[in-house]
Amino acid sequence: MSDKPDTQGMEYLQSLPRRWVTLYVPLGVFLSVLLFPFYWMAMTSFKSNEELVSKAANPFWIVKPTLDHFEKLLFRTEYPQWLWNTILISVLSTFISLFAAVLAAYAIERLRFRGSRQVGLSIFFAYLVPPSILFIPLALIVFKLGLFDSVWALILTYPTFLIPFCTWLLMGYFRTIPYELEECALIDGATRWQILVKIMLPLAVPGLISAGIFAFTLSWNEFIYALTFISSSENKTVPVGVITELVEGDVYHWGALMAGALLGSLPVAILYSFFVEYYVSGMTGAVKE
Amino acid sequence: MRYLFDNKNTLGLLFMLPAGVLLLLFLTYPLGLGTWLGFTDAKIGRTGQWIGIENFQFLFGDSVARLSLFNTLFYTIVASVLKFVLGLWLALILNRHLPFKSFIRAIVLLPFIVPTALSAIAFWWIYDSQFSVVSWTLAKMGLIDRYIDFLGEPWLARLSVTAANIWRGVPFVAISLLAGLQTIPPSLYEASSIDGATPWQQFWNVTLPLLTPIIAVVMTFSVLFTFTDFQLIYVLTRGGPLNATHLMATLSFQRGIPGGALGEGAALAMMMVPFLLAAILFSYFGLQRRAWQQGGSDK
Repeated sequence: MSDKPDTQGMEYLQSLPRRWVTLYVPLGVFLSVLLFPFYWMAMTSFKSNEELVSKAANPFWIVKPTLDHFEKLLFRTEYPQWLWNTILISVLSTFISLFAAVLAAYAIERLRFRGSRQVGLSIFFAYLVPPSILFIPLALIVFKLGLFDSVWALILTYPTFLIPFCTWLLMGYFRTIPYELEECALIDGATRWQILVKIMLPLAVPGLISAGIFAFTLSWNEFIYALTFISSSENKTVPVGVITELVEGDVYHWGALMAGALLGSLPVAILYSFFVEYYVSGMTGAVKE
Repeated sequence: MRYLFDNKNTLGLLFMLPAGVLLLLFLTYPLGLGTWLGFTDAKIGRTGQWIGIENFQFLFGDSVARLSLFNTLFYTIVASVLKFVLGLWLALILNRHLPFKSFIRAIVLLPFIVPTALSAIAFWWIYDSQFSVVSWTLAKMGLIDRYIDFLGEPWLARLSVTAANIWRGVPFVAISLLAGLQTIPPSLYEASSIDGATPWQQFWNVTLPLLTPIIAVVMTFSVLFTFTDFQLIYVLTRGGPLNATHLMATLSFQRGIPGGALGEGAALAMMMVPFLLAAILFSYFGLQRRAWQQGGSDK
């Protein structure tokens, strides 16, 4: 999305004070509320335990920053293992979903086989089925397949909410690629597979990146399946591990909890910062289509 | 063989296979299994017997289940309305001329992309009964003399979790609506300015009507996510205090997984379906209307 020209017509007639009241002040309030929890997360994770519970100190600032919480997290808990699990699960389920979605989107959008319209519509409805009504029967299925408490339970179930989204997004991208390209290739004797790999995919790279980034963050954020299907600590993902393992009884290790939340958020935040445009176009594309 | 792969229907079926198998096995089948479970007395480690609508009868008589339905509706309605108003406002702000516009747009979306379970931990600490930074600030300003127990009292807890949900949802609504705003041709604003329309009139007569289709879709998604929310509540309160924040999803988890009553949990989950269907139908007609406005044919 490029910067559009002034959409408010005669905005330049507005006086500066008016602009402050209607624009900068509300924007400032929005930004500080939206960003405060992250600031707070970072502040807390670098504070010593004494400072955290001291009522005299100003909570908004750190007097003596410390890395104790990170040290505890990385060397005295299974956090590195959770991080590795989360990366593995997110990467694999994203690739499985992209593979399945590319084929499905191409078939629905371009092969136009009998019933493709109905299939396309049911994919859209599948996107609207939330995990929180599926987790109980899914737990039984996962158990029957012998996948309970294994990372494969998550790698194979995450595509259920990733494939519909990716397919829907890629259908939109394939629709923008002119038919003529495909017809030329068909006349030249290319197979459908060659057309897909050599013509469609290179042209749909932005769509693939959007779908991939979005799928990756969705699987990184997933919670209810990971909570239900995994029971041993060494197989947990970051969000579930932090919530279930770092709280010992009634003792809340706030510093370590915050450090865990911060470290667990950083990978998606960094990935997102590199691909903001793709992410936004993926999100809004899915809503607009 | 060659002929087989040139046939659209065969090839289409082949291409649909990976997605189809995964979705049928892990989406359609559990959807059916869940419906069936709702009519059985299945427990963990025991296959259930068909008991008809007994689970639903029990749940309708169960005060906790009724409370969870109330909580879910309250949470969804209050959060969605506020997300819409604040999100639209933020979208209108971001649509104007701003320095560092793309940077601001990028950081606005942060609450949405960070794992909810993890940002909820930050809210948990912000809402702490003894060390809450909100209470600290209010106390320093002399507005309160006792620290607020945000998650300890039923109504306060309801409002606190709703606020956290709004915080997470506003960026999604704002950025999606912003994309919609950017498709409105500037010439419409110029024309209405020349005709003497005030900014307020422009908003009501140009912006809002043109934005309606996308608002319908965005809000359907927002309602859907809020209605079936689980992680925020699980992290912040686990349904407490006194079940005041239990949503249908969290109650279904509590009864079904730690409680072991799979049938009852599944029945609770199935009770969400009618509401979801209503939202989906709404979305479907929103999409239709959009296609129609853009000159597409009625499907």
